[in-house]
Amino acid sequence: MSAVQGAGSDTAGLGDVVARALDGNRRAIAKLITVVEQGGPAAQDVLARIYPQTGRAHLVGVTGAPGSGKSTLVNEMAKEYRRRGLDVGIIAVDPTSPFSGGAILGDRIRMRDVVTDAHIFIRSMATRGSLGGLARATADATRVLDAAGYPVILIETVGAGQSEVEIARFAHTTVVLQVPASGDEIQAIKAGILEIADIIVVNKADLPGADNAAAALEAMLDLNSIPSDWHHGRRVTQLEPAGSDQSTAQTWRPPVLKACALRGTGVPELVDAIEGHWEQQQRSGVSRLREHERVEGELRETLSRSLLHDLLLRLSAADLKDAVDRIVARQQDPYSAARALIVQAGLDPNGKDPFQEA
Amino acid sequence: MADIKIRVLIAKPGLDGHDRGAKVVARGLRDAGMEVIYTGLHQTPEMIAQAALQEDVDVVGLSMLSGAHMSIVPRVVAKLEERDLQDVLLFVGGIIPDEDVPSLREMGVKGIYGPGTPLEQIVQDIRTEVGSP
Repeated sequence: MSAVQGAGSDTAGLGDVVARALDGNRRAIAKLITVVEQGGPAAQDVLARIYPQTGRAHLVGVTGAPGSGKSTLVNEMAKEYRRRGLDVGIIAVDPTSPFSGGAILGDRIRMRDVVTDAHIFIRSMATRGSLGGLARATADATRVLDAAGYPVILIETVGAGQSEVEIARFAHTTVVLQVPASGDEIQAIKAGILEIADIIVVNKADLPGADNAAAALEAMLDLNSIPSDWHHGRRVTQLEPAGSDQSTAQTWRPPVLKACALRGTGVPELVDAIEGHWEQQQRSGVSRLREHERVEGELRETLSRSLLHDLLLRLSAADLKDAVDRIVARQQDPYSAARALIVQAGLDPNGKDPFQEA
Repeated sequence: MADIKIRVLIAKPGLDGHDRGAKVVARGLRDAGMEVIYTGLHQTPEMIAQAALQEDVDVVGLSMLSGAHMSIVPRVVAKLEERDLQDVLLFVGGIIPDEDVPSLREMGVKGIYGPGTPLEQIVQDIRTEVGSP
């Protein structure tokens, strides 16, 4: 099951679908998303074909706790972008049941204003076992919309708690939603989701406590001791962006905005902030750095997935089962068992027999 | 390894607001391992067809208890056909008088499920028609 094989007769019909999708045909776009979501050689073939056309869209992540108003806000954001003359792609992720493998994808319920707009494309995705707030194929689905020419793509994560931070690695601009009365200041200074915010929105700002929540978040940002030339854990001073204005620097303090998504208030200001962030990222060269980081992360992940796949092809189901039995019986620990399987599969050129070590 | 799931759109067209049945079916299909896109109430035929297209679903299930099925179903069918989606499996659940069943079938409705239909039957029919997981 190599990528080369994927380009063969098996997926010959895809070239036509790809061409129509790149032309903006919505049926073809929907089909391609299904293909990349299913994975396998056909997905690799599609990605190889569309990849040169990607990298043009502004990817905006929207994350926050379940019920914080993500879908409703995305609905309003899409309307605002349309008022500004831009087409919008939306990927909305909801969780897959770990028991049945099924899912209920309900984000469309809140997006009813935009579902019939021919300039907006909405796709619901189930996580299919991925943790971190996105589906494994979210990035690839986004690429389909990017290649099809959507200039703005809004990516709504699953209801996130404190550690579903994958979106920040992937999106250019990450919006984190908070709601009033959702914990004290200690919640705000814990590590996690607030740290990934490029923009913080206190949604449901018509509720009591919104001003306090915004003030606590501002205070949290004041405490920020990370040097201002750091971004997402990386120093960015080594960048020398062409023509960048050093006085505007590489610093970005996440603005804290108040919004009421249900009424649409605060949304134009939010879109202004998102656009401002993107502009600053490009001007300072940070966007380029983040793109390299993201691609490296993705390459490493793809390598580990491919290696696992190749490894499993060289082993039988019985090999795996035997290893599991040995671990359950405490005859072997999981690390040694994994090592042994890698050696057995012939993927470790320097492999020693782990049983001799034991 | 291809990760293939049956995708189902569950929608309530028209003005009727009784969505318990739709939710029960959505939940049942989820528990059978399908991905269910639930659109909620008051969907127009246009909204349903747009969602079916963008979500690339295998199945569209309409929940109708208002008695408007004879006027709404043909419009949904027309909107689906307009978008070249005539291969999508269409089923209807709710209160459907026996005498309407033949005409609905003629319009292309594959499954018609009244009160008391076991969920397993709907799951089984979908699997048979769609022909995978």
